[in-house]
Amino acid sequence: MSEPKPLPIAARSEGCPFTPADELYEMQRSEELPRIMVPSPLLDEFEAATITRYEDAKNALSDTRLRMGFVFDPDAPRTMLNQPGNLLNYNGADHSRLRRMLTGAFTVKRVRSLRPMIERIVSDRLDAVERAGAGADLVRLFSTPIPTLVICELLGVPYADRADFQHRAQVGLDVNTSRETQIQNLAEMDEYMATLIASHRESPGDNLLGSVVRDHGDELTDEELVGIGNMLLIAGHETTASMLSASTTLLLRNPDQLAVVRDEPDAVDGAVEELLRYCSPATAMPRQAGEDMAVRDQEIEEGERVVVSVLAANRDLPEAAERDLDRLDVRNPPKHHVAFGYGAHQCLGQQLARMELRIALPALFNRFPELRFACSEEDIEYRTKALVFGVRNLPVTW
Amino acid sequence: MRVNIDVDQSRCVAAGHCVSAAPEVFDQRDEDGVVVLLDEAPAEHEHEGVREAALLCPSAAIAVREAERRL
Repeated sequence: MSEPKPLPIAARSEGCPFTPADELYEMQRSEELPRIMVPSPLLDEFEAATITRYEDAKNALSDTRLRMGFVFDPDAPRTMLNQPGNLLNYNGADHSRLRRMLTGAFTVKRVRSLRPMIERIVSDRLDAVERAGAGADLVRLFSTPIPTLVICELLGVPYADRADFQHRAQVGLDVNTSRETQIQNLAEMDEYMATLIASHRESPGDNLLGSVVRDHGDELTDEELVGIGNMLLIAGHETTASMLSASTTLLLRNPDQLAVVRDEPDAVDGAVEELLRYCSPATAMPRQAGEDMAVRDQEIEEGERVVVSVLAANRDLPEAAERDLDRLDVRNPPKHHVAFGYGAHQCLGQQLARMELRIALPALFNRFPELRFACSEEDIEYRTKALVFGVRNLPVTW
Repeated sequence: MRVNIDVDQSRCVAAGHCVSAAPEVFDQRDEDGVVVLLDEAPAEHEHEGVREAALLCPSAAIAVREAERRL
C-alpha cells in the first residue's frame, strides 16, 4: 500500500468549495480503503482509513465496533475530546442513557413549539440587515446570530454573554489552532458554564439546562452538566450558522434554485434536505476501531482510526442513477443523506437545525427578493479547513 | 397488501424521522422522545410514509413486514 497522503479533513475542490476534492472522488473509485493523514490540534496529525462511499459510510456510522470519542484521562488536560458530558465521547449503553436525558427537548413536537421564538429572532435579524443597508455582511448580521440566539434562549444564557459564547464555539471547532489554544478556550467555556450550572442547581430555569437539572440533576455530576452545556452550545450553533451562510451563498450562485426557495413554500422542506446534502457542513466524522474488523473486505485493525467523509458519501447516494448528484436540484430532494450522520450518534438537534433553516432561508429571500452579492463572487472567503465548513464573509445588496 | 410494524424502543435514538414521515402512525414520548407506535397495521394510504420512516430511522428501530392479505 502507498504511504498515507496528508489531506485536509475537509478537502474540497480548488475550483468550488462546495465540491469534494478530486482526491476524494479517486478514493471513492478505488477498491482499496485509502489511508490519509488528518490534522488535528487535539490529537496531533493522525492516520485514518477513509470511507467515502455512501453504503460504507452508513454501515460504518451505525457499526458499534467503530467507537466514538477517546477514553477520559483525568490526569490529561481537559479538551473537548477529554471531558465528561459530551455525547460525542460516549458509546453504547452509557451514550444512550445520557442521550435520553436530552432527547425530550428535541422531539418533533417540542421543536415545532419553538417556531414563534425562531420567527421572532429571524425577523429581528432581517430588520438589522435592512438597517445596515447595502454591503451588509450576512455572516455577522444574519447566519451567525440566529442559531446563537436560539441556542442561548434554549440554554438560558443571558444576552450580554452571547458574543463571548459565539467566539469560544468558533475557536473550539477550528482545527487550525494549537492544542494550547484549545485547552485555554475550553477552560474559559468551563468556567462560564460552571457558573450557569450552579445557578440552575440553585433554581432550575424554564429552559433546557433547567429541565435537565430538574429531571436528572441527581444522576449527573456538575462536571457532566458542564460538558453537556458545552456540547449543546457548540453543536447547536456553529453547524447551523455555517449551514445558513453556506446555503445562502450557494443559492445566490444559483438564482433559479433560489427562486424556488423564495416563491414555493411547499418546496422548502425538500430544498433544505438538498442543501444539507450538497453543503455537508459537518464534513467528516472520525471513529476508532474497537476490535479487528473489515469494511467491505478491507482489514481495519483494533485501535485504527477511521474517518467517514460525509461530503463524499452524499455525492454517492443510491439514487445516483436517476440524477446527477453533483448538481444542486432543490426540487429533487434526496431520499436520504448522511449530513447529520447515521446510527446511534445521528445529530441530536437535527430537527431544530431543520426548523431554523426552513424558517430563515425563505424569510431572507422574501424580505429581499432582489438579494445579490455586494462583492465579486471570488471575494467570498470559505472556511474549507475547519471541522465545520463555512463562509467567512457574505456582503450583500438588494 | 397490508403492513405490520414493530418498533424496538430500546434501540430508538429519538431522531424524529418517523413522526415527520408518518405522523398518524408514530409519535414520540414527551419525556425522552422515544418512538411510540400509534397504529400497528395502518391503512394503505399510510404505507409509503411508514416505509420512509423505516428507511430513514438511523438506529433500525422500526421494522416493517409486508404480507399479502389472507382471505
